[in-house]
Amino acid sequence: MSKISDAFKGKKAFIGFLTAGDPSLEKTEELIVAMERAGADLIEIGIPFSDPIAEGPVIQDANVRALTAPGGCSTEQVFGLAERVSRRVTVPLVFLTYLNPVFKYGYKEFCQRCAETGISGLIIPDLPFEERGELEPALDSFGIELISLIAPTSMERIHMLARKARGYIYLVSSMGVTGMRREITTDVEELLDRIRQVTDTPIAIGFGINTPEQAEKYAQIADGVIVGSAIVKLIGEYGENAVKPVEDYVRKMVEGCKAGTDD
Amino acid sequence: MSKGRYGIHGGQYIPETLMNEVNKLEKAYEFFKQDIGFNRELGTLLKEYAGRPSLLYYAEKMTKDLGGAKIYFKREDLNHTGSHKINNVLGQALLAKKMGKTRIIAETGAGQHGVATATAASLLGLECEIFMGKEDTARQALNVYRMELLGAKVHPVESGTQTLKDAVNECMREWTKRVDDTLYVLGSVMGPHPFPMLVRDFQSVISREAKEQILQKEGRLPDVVLACVGGGSNAMGMFYDFLPHREVRLIGCEAAGRGIHTRETAATIATGTEGIFHGMKSYFCQDEFGQIAPVYSISAGLDYPGIGPEHAYLYDTGRAEYVAITDEEAVEAFEYIARTEGIIAAIESSHAVAQVKKMAPLMKKNQILICCLSGRGDKDVAAIARYRGVDLYE
Repeated sequence: MSKISDAFKGKKAFIGFLTAGDPSLEKTEELIVAMERAGADLIEIGIPFSDPIAEGPVIQDANVRALTAPGGCSTEQVFGLAERVSRRVTVPLVFLTYLNPVFKYGYKEFCQRCAETGISGLIIPDLPFEERGELEPALDSFGIELISLIAPTSMERIHMLARKARGYIYLVSSMGVTGMRREITTDVEELLDRIRQVTDTPIAIGFGINTPEQAEKYAQIADGVIVGSAIVKLIGEYGENAVKPVEDYVRKMVEGCKAGTDD
Repeated sequence: MSKGRYGIHGGQYIPETLMNEVNKLEKAYEFFKQDIGFNRELGTLLKEYAGRPSLLYYAEKMTKDLGGAKIYFKREDLNHTGSHKINNVLGQALLAKKMGKTRIIAETGAGQHGVATATAASLLGLECEIFMGKEDTARQALNVYRMELLGAKVHPVESGTQTLKDAVNECMREWTKRVDDTLYVLGSVMGPHPFPMLVRDFQSVISREAKEQILQKEGRLPDVVLACVGGGSNAMGMFYDFLPHREVRLIGCEAAGRGIHTRETAATIATGTEGIFHGMKSYFCQDEFGQIAPVYSISAGLDYPGIGPEHAYLYDTGRAEYVAITDEEAVEAFEYIARTEGIIAAIESSHAVAQVKKMAPLMKKNQILICCLSGRGDKDVAAIARYRGVDLYE
């Protein structure tokens, strides 16, 4: 069992996302600690990128805030944050990053730094299954798990994708980019069924989930729920004072998630 | 290695949501490219609607004035909609229709590709939405109105640097929202496979014609072939049929902006490094941590931080050479070709004309040079006037 799969053991996992360096690296550290305190089981840390093509406006803005913050937010600084915060929390931490920052850092060097700073996995939205071969040797050398994304358009690809899945599967609930949605129209249950025929890797649903009711609904059918934009929106609104509102919000979402756990 | 490689470059670095769709596009293209009906239809559109073949024009006055090689221009500026963009757009829009799509979307920088896409959509009865950096919509207000006249909806993109790269980002985001009825008609030889191949194939009509025309006029192949390069579609089209003829030098002209030693440049080969962005591995202007750099050129069409993967490969292997041309050199060439030949060429194409001015005098009189005039320059007149301090607004 890896540290990541442990987070799903015996419960439905709540996964929170935030962008490193928004509004500052110091605040990100406090926010991660607060999210764990509120009951988050795993935390995804976004490495800010100039051109986040899979993100909606809320997380795009967070990327801009992080990159333009005084002192900036380089890959090296995000590793510094990981190193500090991983000493203060026990939940697994994963990075969400676009491929170019990883490529520029060097695949081997990047994975080595992840292992050294307490990062267990990577989510790379612009690295599809077909291209993962170039990163795999480095991932394997340092025991970093690459999280597989599966989308509503993946139906014919599920067998191939799920077979290789490590850590957890990030099930993209909706077409398009990240962001809060009032309603999710995809037939998520059919996707879940198909995936479960292939693998018992835990499946977490993301894209659009923002209310405790949605968390409950999706925790009932999946192994975890992922919430990003709603948290990032609070950070955008409250800035330096975001710790309390984020902690309160995550607590409510965790409760929703627990309510969806089977007896 | 995955599909669509040019040496180490190319590939398909895109979100999972789009993978199924680009695979479908590849299959459809492989099928229709062999299909007699499709080729006949496209051939008719290119001839009857776009006005092909475009002329290969002997620029006698420039040849005499520069005193060296014989200079020919491949006149893509005379195509319908005023640039080479129509070649690719008619191909992709027809393909979209054959695939059962009812809507096409596209990015545009200067507006040339947007206008061409809106034109094809209007002709073929497809719904059309264009994404254009907000800064570019201000710089090229006339083209925005043109696209709207043609029935397209234009979305000003307010994210990032509000220029071409951000328009591509937004177009990709829009495509992931709605793939069922929509094809992304990419405007250059870039993005994930199969786009670099597909766009190059549709643009290769330029060199196919040019080769035949020069053999007819001169009885031999040219010594040098030149074209401007942003993403690189007119250059790829202009180079392609000459690639096997190693004696023909191929030269791509990038936009140096205010100079390759300043930050205000868009010269990817001269200043970029290997990276992965917009679905492809290639050269990009970026910082040491892989953040994509804001780039600059007087030409909105060359104002892009990357270059198509096949160009990156041609550079690596030495088959093609790439030179950087500054704003000032391009503007001088813009004025020079207008005065000397009576041709108002696009500021993009003027980058290649600037290189002609530099190298033709150094060549022998019995040598031949072909330069692609990728577009006409009416759209640039106001900007050039402002560059020269004349307060003129469209």
